[in-house]
Amino acid sequence: MTSQTTFDILILATGVIGILTALTLVGEILRARLPWGETDPGVETFMTRVQSWWGMVILLSLAVLSGKIGLLLLFAFASFAALREFLTYATKRRADHLSLALGAFVILPLQYVFVGLGWTGLHTVFIPVYAFLLLPIVSALRGDPDRFLVRVAETQWGLMICVFCISHVPALLTYGMPDGSDRSVLLIVFLVIVVQSGDLVDYYVGRSLGRRRIAPALSPRTLEGVAAGVIGAGIIGAGLGWITPFGMAGAAAMAALAAAAGIFGSLVFAAIKRDKGVKDWSHLIPGQGGFLDQLHGVIFAAPVFYHVTHLIWG
Amino acid sequence: MTDPRPRRSLPRRLAARIVGNALVLLARFITAVRADWRGVEPVARQRVYYANHVSNADMPMIWACLPGHIRRITRPVAAADYWLKTPLRAFVGPEVFNCVLVDRNREGRTEDPMIAILEALDEGSSLIIFPEGNRNMGDEPLLPFRAGLYNIGRARPDVDLVPAWIANLNEIMPKGEVIPLPLICTVTFGAPVRVEPGENRGNFLARAAAALVALRPEDVEERP
Repeated sequence: MTSQTTFDILILATGVIGILTALTLVGEILRARLPWGETDPGVETFMTRVQSWWGMVILLSLAVLSGKIGLLLLFAFASFAALREFLTYATKRRADHLSLALGAFVILPLQYVFVGLGWTGLHTVFIPVYAFLLLPIVSALRGDPDRFLVRVAETQWGLMICVFCISHVPALLTYGMPDGSDRSVLLIVFLVIVVQSGDLVDYYVGRSLGRRRIAPALSPRTLEGVAAGVIGAGIIGAGLGWITPFGMAGAAAMAALAAAAGIFGSLVFAAIKRDKGVKDWSHLIPGQGGFLDQLHGVIFAAPVFYHVTHLIWG
Repeated sequence: MTDPRPRRSLPRRLAARIVGNALVLLARFITAVRADWRGVEPVARQRVYYANHVSNADMPMIWACLPGHIRRITRPVAAADYWLKTPLRAFVGPEVFNCVLVDRNREGRTEDPMIAILEALDEGSSLIIFPEGNRNMGDEPLLPFRAGLYNIGRARPDVDLVPAWIANLNEIMPKGEVIPLPLICTVTFGAPVRVEPGENRGNFLARAAAALVALRPEDVEERP
């Protein structure tokens, strides 16, 4: 990695850490203002979330600084953790044991190997074509027809969402920057920041000002919140335009696109959680539920962001 | 308190600790096993944890989800014929898990299992037992409990009997499969039960089983 790229990563990390420090201080001040011995559940929830963000920021910063292997390992683990949560609630029977084990222990690592080797052709068709055809065969060989299509469809959906989509985040490393530099790693930082901040703006604006719900049966998300999230992400994206090859207007548009994909992705997950009767996918990230709860947005945004980047700036 | 068991050599004890920690890491990696302390606090009080039994991975799973300070004083009660079959098992069962080994074979056993169990309790250890006796392969949530839990509760009335429901393990590692599936496993600990004075065996075992089944996570849909 060139020193300029490392330097820019450090500037971004310092900026994000500054924001987190400010949020931590705000939380501590709110805590200190309460009478001795009392706690406010709202403040405590906020602080647990801030603590989880600290963890995520530190992990992502270290992975980005360590380069390709670190990023591949981080996102492969995120895929594994997400798949573990998804499969826990997926429809499955004894006959699917081998195909599910193959999905988690063979297909998942192979996908990241292909991404790491830069075999773009293979990593974009491996799960949608080969896993799609192979795993139902493995399940069928065990001969249990009970809800067969539901089982294989849910398994495939899990692999697409948790492995295929998430692997598009480190796949951004294979994007050749127009100026030939190694700054494609900064696209990962850009994507994660704009999607997460779009989601946060949507959450807080939607909560305080939102009136018109976009899908009342699924989620409290409102039109106002979504619009604010997309516009907010666009503004943040424009501010971060200097780390991308998109130019300022292009960066704003890409950020808005990624945030929109992410917000609607969260809506899709709200529908799945309602269907399965799940509140949080797990309890692994304090204050935020599971890995999947945290990754909704990035999951939907990553492939779109990856392809539009290659299409327009490739 | 003196330990009546033979003192093993330091390298062996060290190896047992390392293997134990590796098993805990493996269980956490594959199933992210989580303890949900719903009815009791995770404190190192002497208890008998009784759990449902669907898979050979049950015992390592409940052992792995206990916090370290509780795990160190907790001994699973396990079948001697299984854990003494090979030298590897004889290392893992008695040394890594520190099992209390009992003879399942009713005819031809030389020692009543209750003697070893009560001895372990009198040393101050907590226990993990599976009162169904065998792995549950059917559709009912629990098999009928054997008498052991009642006998323990009557012989040592001060010890809390804590129900622990292990969710999802029949899918993580069903009988006959070798590779465990990565699915989330939760162990839910409920409020302790005790044998009431004068309570008969049938009533107590029914009450204990009901307390265990009541811990099943509601959000797991009933699979037809």
